[in-house]
Amino acid sequence: MVSFLLIILVSFFFTGFVIRTKSIAGGRKGPGIMQPMKDIIRLWRKGSVYSSTTGFIFQIAPTVYFSSVIMAILMIPQGNSPGFISFEGDFVMFAYILALGKFLMIISALDTGSSFEGMGASREALFSMLVEPAFFIIMGSFALFTGNTSFQGIFGSLHYGSEVSYMLGLLATFVFVLIAMIENSRMPVDDPNTHLELTMIHEVMILDNSGFDLGLIMYTTNLKFAMYGAIISNFFIGMLPFAFSIPLFLAILYFHSYFGVAAHIFWRFVGVRQICVAFFMLNIKY
Amino acid sequence: MKLLLEIFNLLALGALAAIPFLNTKVRGILALAVISVQTFLAFIIAISVFNFGSFEFSYQGSQIIGLIPVRVDYLSAWFIALISFTFLTGAWYGFQYMKNYREQADNIALHIAAFILVYTALINICVVQNGLIFLVFWEIMAVSAFVLVIFENYKTDTLKAGINYLIQSHVSILFIMLGFMLIKMKTGSFNFQAITSFTAGQPAIIGVGLFIIFFIGFAIKAGFVPFHTWLPLAHPAAPAHVSGIMSGVIIKIGIYGMLRLLLLIHADMLAIGYFVLVLSVITGVYGVMLAIVQHNLKKLLAYHSIENIGIIGIGIGLGCLGLGYNNQFLAVAGLGGALLHTLNHSLFKSLLFFAAGSVYRAAHTMNIEALGGLLKKLPRTAYLFLLGSLAICGLPPFNGFVSEFFIYSGLFGALISDHSTLTLVVLFAILGLVLIGGLALICFTKAFGIVFLGNEKPELHTNLDAEKFGSTIPLYAIGGTIVLIGVFPFLLGSSLQKIIGLYQPDFNLNAQSLNSMLQQLTNIGWYSLAFMAAILFFYLVRRTVTAKRRVVADATWGCGFVGKAEKTQYTASSFIRTYRKLAEPVLLIRREKEEAHGLYPNSVQQKTHAFDRIEKWFIDQPIFYFRRFLQRFEFLQNGNIQTYVIYGVVFIALIVLIPYLIDKISLVLNFLNQI
Repeated sequence: MVSFLLIILVSFFFTGFVIRTKSIAGGRKGPGIMQPMKDIIRLWRKGSVYSSTTGFIFQIAPTVYFSSVIMAILMIPQGNSPGFISFEGDFVMFAYILALGKFLMIISALDTGSSFEGMGASREALFSMLVEPAFFIIMGSFALFTGNTSFQGIFGSLHYGSEVSYMLGLLATFVFVLIAMIENSRMPVDDPNTHLELTMIHEVMILDNSGFDLGLIMYTTNLKFAMYGAIISNFFIGMLPFAFSIPLFLAILYFHSYFGVAAHIFWRFVGVRQICVAFFMLNIKY
Repeated sequence: MKLLLEIFNLLALGALAAIPFLNTKVRGILALAVISVQTFLAFIIAISVFNFGSFEFSYQGSQIIGLIPVRVDYLSAWFIALISFTFLTGAWYGFQYMKNYREQADNIALHIAAFILVYTALINICVVQNGLIFLVFWEIMAVSAFVLVIFENYKTDTLKAGINYLIQSHVSILFIMLGFMLIKMKTGSFNFQAITSFTAGQPAIIGVGLFIIFFIGFAIKAGFVPFHTWLPLAHPAAPAHVSGIMSGVIIKIGIYGMLRLLLLIHADMLAIGYFVLVLSVITGVYGVMLAIVQHNLKKLLAYHSIENIGIIGIGIGLGCLGLGYNNQFLAVAGLGGALLHTLNHSLFKSLLFFAAGSVYRAAHTMNIEALGGLLKKLPRTAYLFLLGSLAICGLPPFNGFVSEFFIYSGLFGALISDHSTLTLVVLFAILGLVLIGGLALICFTKAFGIVFLGNEKPELHTNLDAEKFGSTIPLYAIGGTIVLIGVFPFLLGSSLQKIIGLYQPDFNLNAQSLNSMLQQLTNIGWYSLAFMAAILFFYLVRRTVTAKRRVVADATWGCGFVGKAEKTQYTASSFIRTYRKLAEPVLLIRREKEEAHGLYPNSVQQKTHAFDRIEKWFIDQPIFYFRRFLQRFEFLQNGNIQTYVIYGVVFIALIVLIPYLIDKISLVLNFLNQI
């Protein structure tokens, strides 16, 4: 309940916040933090161009994608206070509902008959296949750790008794941030700002979307981003009261948005990049 | 009830007797009518069993067979219901599908007879409780299924696949027969109860051994890896309605056999559970891994049947572990999931095969690379195929999700139980099940996206037949059931509860684990419904908002390329290319690639063929060595009829002489002993 409102609220300005920080770090002034949301609202007001190859599936896919993410957000708790939807094994439904949205987006990309979008669809399908086991194993280990099998049960009873279990939380965070980066197409897995279609994953799938649908997809991406941040912050919230848990959520969301960039720089300087690139990028560019 | 079953069987016999005296059209209508009436009777039986409890009666068999008990309990009723539904839709679909082959009158007559026989035999397999009669019906089912598969017997591939199936199903019969023989030798009875009484008095390991013998027999039928090799050959060779029925229900009779056996046998359930669980995970992952790289749509679906058998097997294994550890939640989730997935798979797999059949009827090819953009010509088939694809990937709000969720709950329940071995194995199973889900997503985005979406292939569309509404009615019926189970899964709750009760006689209906399981079922249903409502709501919002906006239709963005878009469109091979590279160490993929040379290269091509590595190891290579061994005796086959007559005479002489000689020798030995 709290998390739902929080995620919706944060999704309005968070991308702007990130872009603004990046600009300031790069010595530029940068756009205002509401700019991405303004762009989305402008898109919602526009008309659309549809490819004549596409059909009904192409038109309904963004809506299904959006609904799936909304439905998934409804399941996320904030520490001990449950989401709207909460039952034993709800994280299975969480993953599968998101998969439905993804399925529709992939086939809508294939609906255009474009070579670029097929490429993106192929990568998206492969990556989601690789990501899902990681998600389930993490949730499985948390279930094993706490003896519960629902989001609320797990996160509500997750508390770190000794220092070792803090390490566990940290490791889980690391893996989950990687999952989030793949799911949200962030660096170093995907670069949404690249100029080359051949190297994009998510962005290349939506080349032919325009107007309201494009706005919906972009807003969904923001929502998804905040949603993964909420899950990661849940690793640490436990029984904390809202006064502490909400700032913690924001801090973690902020950290997670930079994790990719930070990791990228780290690898480049420390010199393990060559290994890591092979590890994380799975020769997608070839 | 006894009367109903007898009418059921007599109807089939009557139809078989009438077939020679009718013309092709009347034969078809007769078959349709008979199957419809039979399924109606079968539904009455199943429903009354679920409402008023199981019933049994027995026939007086001969001296060899012994008493023939017939017993319809909840397990039988469940399988009777799911088999009947698939046969009902299959018969209606097949009636339409076969119109294209109307001129092959003799072939069709045989086909119709075999169709009725398969159905009747399957239902009888579910009810008889006598090993020998069970085998007789099993044989009738296997042979008539063979006749169904080789409908297009003028094609060499079809005949080869059919014969492969015939041989492998007889290997399966061999193992089942071996099991019943052992029981008969030990107890002197073919009655199923003898299995219980025999294994109850033996150490648990004997029970496991007996289970393994039966399991191999049933596993060949069901398509567990490494016994699956007949399946991907037979399914594409058969006509679409037969593929749907084979994949939907005939392979499920193997699952029925396993579940029935588990009900009877007294054995070490933990050993059985771990064995089945590990084998099923391998089956599931291997099946879907191979499915992705297939170029033939029906073969792809056939490999998916193997995958789904794996999922069902995970459920069965988990159920056995639950029985072994005396953990009721595991037993309920595992067996319930397995039973529900058996039903669900029979629905969406038959739907997918029937839809693939409609594609074949329109486009005359099953090669995924040659198909494309069919949604515009076959919209009904396309959307029904999409429904089936979403259901088979286990996505909500469709029925596949319900059964997979059941199994997931069981797996996570097992994960947090206090047995460390169980935790490890279950972690492996979760990993397997999730991988299956992810890989299925790749596979069906490929199958649906490439076949139905994108640009129309010009060479395909010039001779594309139109879709007939009539032929899609059975598909709508299946699709409706899929959604119904997906949204209201609790409708089946009480039936599942009764079946699982059979496995646990001390079953407490008010147990908390069961109630929470049913509560979850209800939850999933409502949330799925809410999800559908959300989609509908947002879609309506989108439509209202964009109603007055300017909409322009234009070509797909091509980065400046203005040539033929269908030439640059992504193909199935390129869609799965990265996956193929990742999976290459496990799979056996042969690639033939020509490089382009020179300034003005000629057209070049690359071909990939995916082979089944396990088939190569378990079937091809042993056969190769066996053949090489047999070649040493080639001189015996000299083509001289007189020599062959001598062989025959020698054989008969040996048959008569050997027992005679043994008899004499033992007589002499006895005599010597007495001295």
